Order: sequence, then C-alpha cells, then structure tokens
Amino acid sequence: MSNNAWLIAALPLGAFALIALGARRSPALSAWLTILAIGLGGALSLQVLREIAAGARIEQSMEWLPLGHGLGLTVGFQVDPLTAIMLVVVTSVSLLVQIYSLGYMHGDNGYSRYYAAMSLFTFSMLGLVLANSLLTMYIFWELVGLCSYLLIGHWHERPEASAAAKKAFIVTRLGDFGFLLGILFLYWHAGTLEFRGLEEAAAAGRIPAAALTVGMLLVFCGAVGKSAQFPLHVWLPDAMEGPTPVSALIHAATMVVAGVYLMARTFPLLEHSATAMMVVAVVGGFTAIFAASMGIVANDIKRVLAYSTVSQLGYMIMAIGLGAMSAGMFHLFNHAFFKALLFLCAGSLIHLMDTNDLSAMGGLRRQRPITFIATTIAALSLAGIFPLSGFWSKDEILAAAASTNPLLFAAALATVFLTATYMFRLIFLAFLGNPRGQTHDHPEPLSMTIPLLVLIVPSVASGLLGTALFGNPFGSFLEGRAVTAEVNLPVAGISTAVALAGILLAWVLYGDGRVEASARLAARFQPVHTLLVNRYYMDHLYNGFVARIVLGFGWLSNRIDLSLIDAFVNGIGSTTISAATSMRRMQSGQLQAYAWAFFAGTVALAVVAALPLLMGTR
Amino acid sequence: MELTLNLAIWLPLAGALLIVVLPGGERWARWVALLVSGLALILALLLLFNFHRDLAATDAAWLVPQFSTQVPWITQLGASYSVGLDGLSLPLFVLNALLVFLAVLVSWQTSLRAREYFALVLVLETAVAGVFSSLDLLLFFLFWELELAPMFLLIGIWGGARREYAAMKFILYTVAGSALMLLGILLLYLSGPSHTFDIRVLGGQTYPAAIGAGIWLLLFVGFAVKLPVFPLHTWLPDAHTEAPTAISVLLAGVLLKMGAYGILRMNLGMLPEATRQFSTLLAVLAAVSIVYGALVAMMQTDLKRLIANSSVSHMGYVLLGASALTPIALQGAAFQLVSHGMITGLLFVMVGLVYDRTHTREIPALGGIAKRMPFIATFFVVAGLASLGLPGMAGFAAEFLVFLGAFPVHAIATIAGVATIVLTAGYLLWMLERVFFGPERPEWSHLPDMNRLEALTVGAFVVVIVGLGVYPSILSDILIPTLTPIASRLGG
Repeated sequence: MSNNAWLIAALPLGAFALIALGARRSPALSAWLTILAIGLGGALSLQVLREIAAGARIEQSMEWLPLGHGLGLTVGFQVDPLTAIMLVVVTSVSLLVQIYSLGYMHGDNGYSRYYAAMSLFTFSMLGLVLANSLLTMYIFWELVGLCSYLLIGHWHERPEASAAAKKAFIVTRLGDFGFLLGILFLYWHAGTLEFRGLEEAAAAGRIPAAALTVGMLLVFCGAVGKSAQFPLHVWLPDAMEGPTPVSALIHAATMVVAGVYLMARTFPLLEHSATAMMVVAVVGGFTAIFAASMGIVANDIKRVLAYSTVSQLGYMIMAIGLGAMSAGMFHLFNHAFFKALLFLCAGSLIHLMDTNDLSAMGGLRRQRPITFIATTIAALSLAGIFPLSGFWSKDEILAAAASTNPLLFAAALATVFLTATYMFRLIFLAFLGNPRGQTHDHPEPLSMTIPLLVLIVPSVASGLLGTALFGNPFGSFLEGRAVTAEVNLPVAGISTAVALAGILLAWVLYGDGRVEASARLAARFQPVHTLLVNRYYMDHLYNGFVARIVLGFGWLSNRIDLSLIDAFVNGIGSTTISAATSMRRMQSGQLQAYAWAFFAGTVALAVVAALPLLMGTR
Repeated sequence: MELTLNLAIWLPLAGALLIVVLPGGERWARWVALLVSGLALILALLLLFNFHRDLAATDAAWLVPQFSTQVPWITQLGASYSVGLDGLSLPLFVLNALLVFLAVLVSWQTSLRAREYFALVLVLETAVAGVFSSLDLLLFFLFWELELAPMFLLIGIWGGARREYAAMKFILYTVAGSALMLLGILLLYLSGPSHTFDIRVLGGQTYPAAIGAGIWLLLFVGFAVKLPVFPLHTWLPDAHTEAPTAISVLLAGVLLKMGAYGILRMNLGMLPEATRQFSTLLAVLAAVSIVYGALVAMMQTDLKRLIANSSVSHMGYVLLGASALTPIALQGAAFQLVSHGMITGLLFVMVGLVYDRTHTREIPALGGIAKRMPFIATFFVVAGLASLGLPGMAGFAAEFLVFLGAFPVHAIATIAGVATIVLTAGYLLWMLERVFFGPERPEWSHLPDMNRLEALTVGAFVVVIVGLGVYPSILSDILIPTLTPIASRLGG
C-alpha cells in the first residue's frame, strides 16, 4: 500500500471533483461522498502505518517543472514514520469532524459547498503531509490556505466572516513571503528542493553555515504564519468566525500544525544551525505564554480555545527549537485529539445556545452531561494532569526545556498555570451554576454525540503510546530505533502542582459559574485587563499602523499616476491641440472620420507594400 | 504545414472582408466571426501539435523557426515576406487564436454595428498573428501598425463614456512608441554589414557598442509602452476601463504580449551585448512596475481599473524574468505571458459578467452579490486566486520560475517581487470581499447567474489555467529549446 500512498490524498480529491461536477445538487450525497472518501483514506492510512512500522520506506517523484540544461524541479511523495503518523491524525480527526458536521451543519444553505471545501481541504492537507520536497509542500501549503479561506468565510454574508477569511489568507501569506524566499535561497545553495537532497547537502557541509541559518529562518517564517506564532498569530482568533467543525479540524487539529510539521520535516537541516534553533525555541516559548495570557480574559468560548491552540502550538515549536523534535510531534499528536474534542464540545454548546458567549451560558451540565464530561476530560488532558494524554507529551517538552534553558522552562511552567486557569474558567462558566441564557429544546443529533465519545478515548489514552510503561512505541516509531522514555519526576511533580494550582485558582474565582467575578477582576486589575482584552494592541498595530502605511503608499502612487504622469501626458496633448487650432479648418473634428481615414491609409499602405509580392517583382 | 501557418495568419482578414461584403452582414457577422476564428484556432492547434519540440536552436543559429515561408518582397530593400514560428512565438500565436475565439463568444450579444465590430476583431487577429510570426522586421512593423487601427476603433466606437479620450490616449502613446521603434529598426538596418530586415541575420551580426545601445533603447521604449512599463503605463487603465469586455480581454491577453514579445525577441534575442549593459535597468523598472502597479491597483474603486493596474504589476514579472538573462528566468517570463493572458482575460470576462447585470463597476456600489450569483462569484474567486499566484494554476508556475531564475542575479528586485505577492493577495481578496461578500443588497436581489454560454466560455479559460498550473511542462517543453540559446548568448 505504501507504494500507492498518494491514493489516500487522491480519494478526497475525487470526492471534491464529484461534488463540484454535480453531486452538489444532493446535500446528503455530498456529505456521504466526503465521509466515504476520508473513511477509506483512514483505513489505508492504518495499513500504511503498519507497513512503515515493519520498516518500509517509500519515496517517489516525477519531474514537474523542467528548467532547461537537463535540470528540473520535481514533485513527489514519501512515506516515513513522520508522514505515517500525520496521515493517521489527519484522516481520523477529519473523519470524525465530517460525521459531526452531518448534524452540526444540517439545514445549512451551503451544505454541499461546505463538504466540497472539506474534501478539498483534506486532500490538500494529506498532500502536504506526503510531500517529499519543499516545493511540493509549498504547493499544498498554499492550497490548505485556500481551503481555510473558503471555510472561514463559509457564511460569507456575515461581514465578520468574510473579513476574517481575508485576514487569515493575507497574514499567513506574509509568512509565506519568507517561506518562498527561503525556498529560493536553499535551492541556490543546495541545488535541490527535495528533503533528502537538502539533508545530504547540509550533512556534508555543502550549504555554508550562515546560508543555512538564513534559509531556515526564512522557512520558519512560513511556519510562524501557518501555525499562528507571534507576531503573525492575529489571524487565528478571528478565524473562529468559521463553522465550529472547521475550527476543530483546520484551526486546531490539522492545518495549523502544518508549521510544526514543516519544522519537524526540516529538522535535519535546522539541527545544523544553533542560531536558528534558538530563534525557533524563543518564538515558540514566547508565543506559548503570550497567547495563554489572552485566553484568561476572553469571553467567547471559541476564542478561549483559539488562544489555547496558539499557545499549545508555541509549545510544539519550542520543543523543536530545543532539539526535542519527537516530543514536539508527540504533543502535536495528543493535542490533535483533545483539542478537536474541545472544539466539538464547544460546537455542541453553540448548537444548543446559538451563542459563543460564556457569560450567556451557565449550568449547561444538566442539558449536555456528555459534553460536560468530555470537556472536563479534554481540559484535564490539556492542562497536563496525570495520566491523561497531555501529561506525557507536555512533560517531555518541559523536561527538555528544564535541561537546556531555564528561562524557557519558567515561561513554559507559567503557561501550564495559565492553561489550567483559562480552561477551568471556561468549564465553570459554561457548565456550573445556574442557566443564564435561553437554550433550544432539541436533543443533540447522534452524529454529533458519537464523535465526542470516540475522541474521549485518545484524549485519555493516546499519551500512553509515549510512556516508558509500554516501551515508548511513539518515540521508537518516529525515530526508527528503540528510544526509551523517562518521566522526569521532579519536573512532572512541579508541573502537575502548578496545573492543580491553576485549576484551584479558577475554582476560587469562578467556581459555581460566578460570571460576575470577571467584572470584579477587570476592575481590580484594570490596566492589565485592558491590555489583555485589547490583545496587546497587536491588531491595532496591524490595522492602524501597517495597513495605513501600505494604504498611504497606495494613495501616493495613485496621486503620482493622476497628478504627475497623466497631467504631464494630457499637458502635451492640449499644447499640441492649441498649436493646431490654426489648421482647424482642415479638420472635421469627428473622431470616427479620422479613424476611418487612418484605417484606410493603413490598408492602402499594406496593399502598396504587398504589391511587389503579388506581382512577383524581383 | 507552411500553408497552415499562412492560412492561420490571413484567414481572419479574409473573414473580415467577407463580413463587410456579405449581404445582411449585420445579422450573420457574429456567425462568420465565430466560424473564422474557430477555424483559425483549429489551424493554430494543428501547428501546436505538429511543432517539433526537440528541434533546439543553437548558438550559431539562435532562431530556428518551423513552418517557415520566405518569399522575396521588396528586394531593393532586402525585405521579404518571411513568417515562421519557434518555441517563443508559437505559444503566443496559439494564445491569440484562442483568445480571439473566446472574445467572439464573449461579444455574442453585441448589436451596435455588429458588422464592423466583428470585422475589426478579425483584422486584429491577423495583425497580432502577423506580429508573432514575422521573421522580417519590416513585415513585423507593418503588422504592428496594422493592429493600431482596429484597436483604436474598437475602443473609440464601442467603448464607455470616456471612450474618445481613452482611444486617443492609446493611439498617441503607441504611435509615439512605434515612431521610436521604427527609428530603431532603420538604424539596425543601416548599421550592420548586410542590409536586410531578416531578424535571423540581424541578430547574428554585431554592432558597435554605442550604436547597439542606442538601437536597444529605441526598440525598448517602443515595446515598453506596449508592455506597459512604469512610467509609460497610464494609457492602459483608461483603455481598459473604456473598452468593451471582449476588447479588454484581447488588450490584456494579446496586445500587451506584443510588447513583451518584442523585448524578448528583438532586444534580448537580436542585441545580446547591449542587453547585458541594461540588465540592471530592466530589473529596476521591473521592480518598480511590480510594486507600483500593485499599490495603484489597491486604491482603485473601479473593477476594470483595478485589474488594469494589476496587469502593470503582473507584466512587471515578465520584465523581471527578462532582466535576469538566465534560462530559468526567461522561461518564467515567457510562461507568464501565456499565464497572464489567460488569467487577466478571465478576470475581464468576469468583470463583464458582473457589469452586464448590475451596470456598474464601482466596487463600493456592489456588495453581497455572491448570494444571487454563486457561479459568477465562484469563478471570479477562481480568477482572483489564479491572479494572486495560487499553486495549481498557471500564474504560480510562471512566477516561481521568474523568482527562481532572477533571485541569484537581481536579489533585491526579486525580493520586491516576492513581497508583492502579499500585496496582490491583499488587493484581490479585499476586492472580492467588497464585491461579493457581506449582506445582500436589495438592488441586486433579482439578478440572474451565468447562462450556459457564459459558463462554457469561462470554463474554457479555467481549463487552460489549471491545465498549465498542474502540468506546466506542456508549455515548458516548447519554451526551453528556444530560450536556452537566447540565454546562453546573453551569458546566462
């Protein structure tokens, strides 16, 4: 199967094509085509996983863009442990989200369009994961960006949604500007864009150290955009304007981790540059704490989760920068499940309430007990409480930070505290206390409940794959050799204590759904609160400053066009005309008369020119 | 096959004459135009399929045309009727035939003086086909001038409110440019050892450095007006804005390509020594056009002006590719010609469809029309994404080649070019948001979506754009054998 792993990506592309070509007329058919294609892809992915575990490695490419002189750029796919893991994550989460959407999107005007875009997204994401070169990856990288644009803007009649879609595309493209330059840069230093060739060139020292640092930092810009790292994180909270299943799949579990995956994929290059590693680690560590701090004041349930995603992505990026690539990937793996679960739970509440506002919720544990339990389990996992999945990967990352960089360790520990606080603030406000808002009286469709129940399993247990108890199968699989995992007991102890303290703080402040605590705290810590609810004024900076400068240049250029160049041209024209007024009698002043005369003249000229030819004159 | 080429060039002109003399031509004009442009397209495709891709030019014979005809013409001057196609001109020749055919479909509802309209479109086709296939400079110049009159009339008679101003501006700019070009051609004719207009011979000779540079500049200005290059570009937004939809398609799709083709064929091909001196100048002009065009496009409130200015920016990538003198960059420049022709052509068609329904092109007046016109919105988004260089479509392959080829030669200009992809995404997505998304306005709530003919026309554009984007080597394999020797003469 691994020889034909491209089929896994081709299946959802086929579903997309069928929906676009006509299946769109039947919403149900569109949905089931998507689910079928992704389900099949998931089954194939498991088969690939088994073959890779048995030692298979596949790489195939074909020439895509000939460059002359016998050179050419290739596109191709490869399957190795890193790819195999991602294939399973993408297909499994996607499958559950597509099933969930059956109920969640039911009755939506753009139901078929939604599934078409979801199919296209899954195709693009799987292509990205399978890519064997920077070029191939960049192609799919942009395509997932397109799907993100389409799906954030799904409800395009809402101005917020279409603005958020545009923002997401443009901000990530700002990162892609660097990514593309990095690709050009590496090509001219290594002569190839295939990962294997680049790795060999770096290992053999054929890429000068400085060039490798610059090239990798440029490539990292792409990851900063896609994985919403500081300072390009601003698009992700706004992306929550999209339907909630989209947020779960694209803006939590899969697409936003593409940046992490890119850094993991190019890790063999990154390793050779201590400077680039340092920058990556610091950006990741800073983003982790920076985003978490905004999570504690947000009142929109999806925005809390979005800040949490940004923060957790920071963790993963930091892990890679610290050299703990496999820990970062392990966290990506675990996070995909519990964060998707959290978003689907949020969707369950939004479906019930028609609002994202935590202050309008409250007491929902009675109406949605399963959602309550699922959210709590996922939140405990996210907070890193033993023995849930998040505990194991977070512990590996913290241990890596503790042994190399005390400052980043401190930041990561503070993030653990904030994470526990904002998550349990969310739970207390949404589920405990008394109801504060109107709810619909309908039961939840089964298609929505079942994915929640299924996702509880990995949220609890996926972390066990990386524990010493079972011989660390995840790490050994990823590295292709037996790797032992050790629990760093002091670090684990400290981080668990910190997380419990965070939960305790949330309980003291918000326990029993005390929504009024928010206002009291806001008044008490007003400057800090103002800074946080304004998101450190980063959006103000972009909208008010960067956008204004660009528009200013646009205004200036437009003025040059109109007032300088055109004024000059028109000036010449009118001077000529006034000089010619004396000859006016010869002219009828009719444009068409001139034109026809002109045309006739040209034809006559052509005929004269053609005469010698026709008459055979030598 | 020689006959096929000659037929493909002259058939449209014959069709134009037929329309003029045919009784009841007013009624049958569009059918004749459809038939003739369809036949011309088939002939062009025949040439495409019979083209020998592996017939590479060499340093000694830098231009190796296929299907060539050479008949003595004005022997006293050494001019001949000499036509043929190589890997650079063939794609543009086919592009011309394809776009004229599609333009006829786009103009299907034209009722104002239909006979003259369709006749002029066909004259235009012959003129442009002649420009791309001429191997004799005098013949090239004649075809170049023959294009002016129909374009002038098509804008001046069938255009919008300020059509006369726009048509006059178009003609004055171009005539000024071609006067300089003619001077350059004559200098070229007089300066070399053999007095001939044969492009192959002229390009094989060497010229004294100062004279070579002078000729280079004269030719370049003539072509730069057409491309257009900052600061010679301001005729383009006016011409585009006033021209009817199909004429905008042809203007952007093939007429601008004449300027670029001239630079690649004449400046780079015939005058390699002079080109090397001006490489940096080209890069600077390219970077300025790219960034400036995008900035101006961002400020426009008229859909057509926005796209016209985006053309200035996108044609700047052609110039950037030309400036680097490497085979990769040259391939990118030529690829961008075809890609931009299709993508911008599609954008203008889409604007036309919106305008036909709403009778406005003012962006602030539109809004929320995606709800009533989901297919128009979808294809407009596709065209916009293609224009901003989304992988999987032709524009990405072209721009990537230009960047890859130009980066080691002109790093700063390339960085400016890559940075502009963010700006491009900015102004295109902002435009799409304001035109199509947001709440529906009551005044647009009764408008119909695409009809079948429109969908077919638009679909043809998309098929070519996606086809070239997914499988670029169909075009690259034609371009490379021709461009490699040009680049190696340039030292790239």
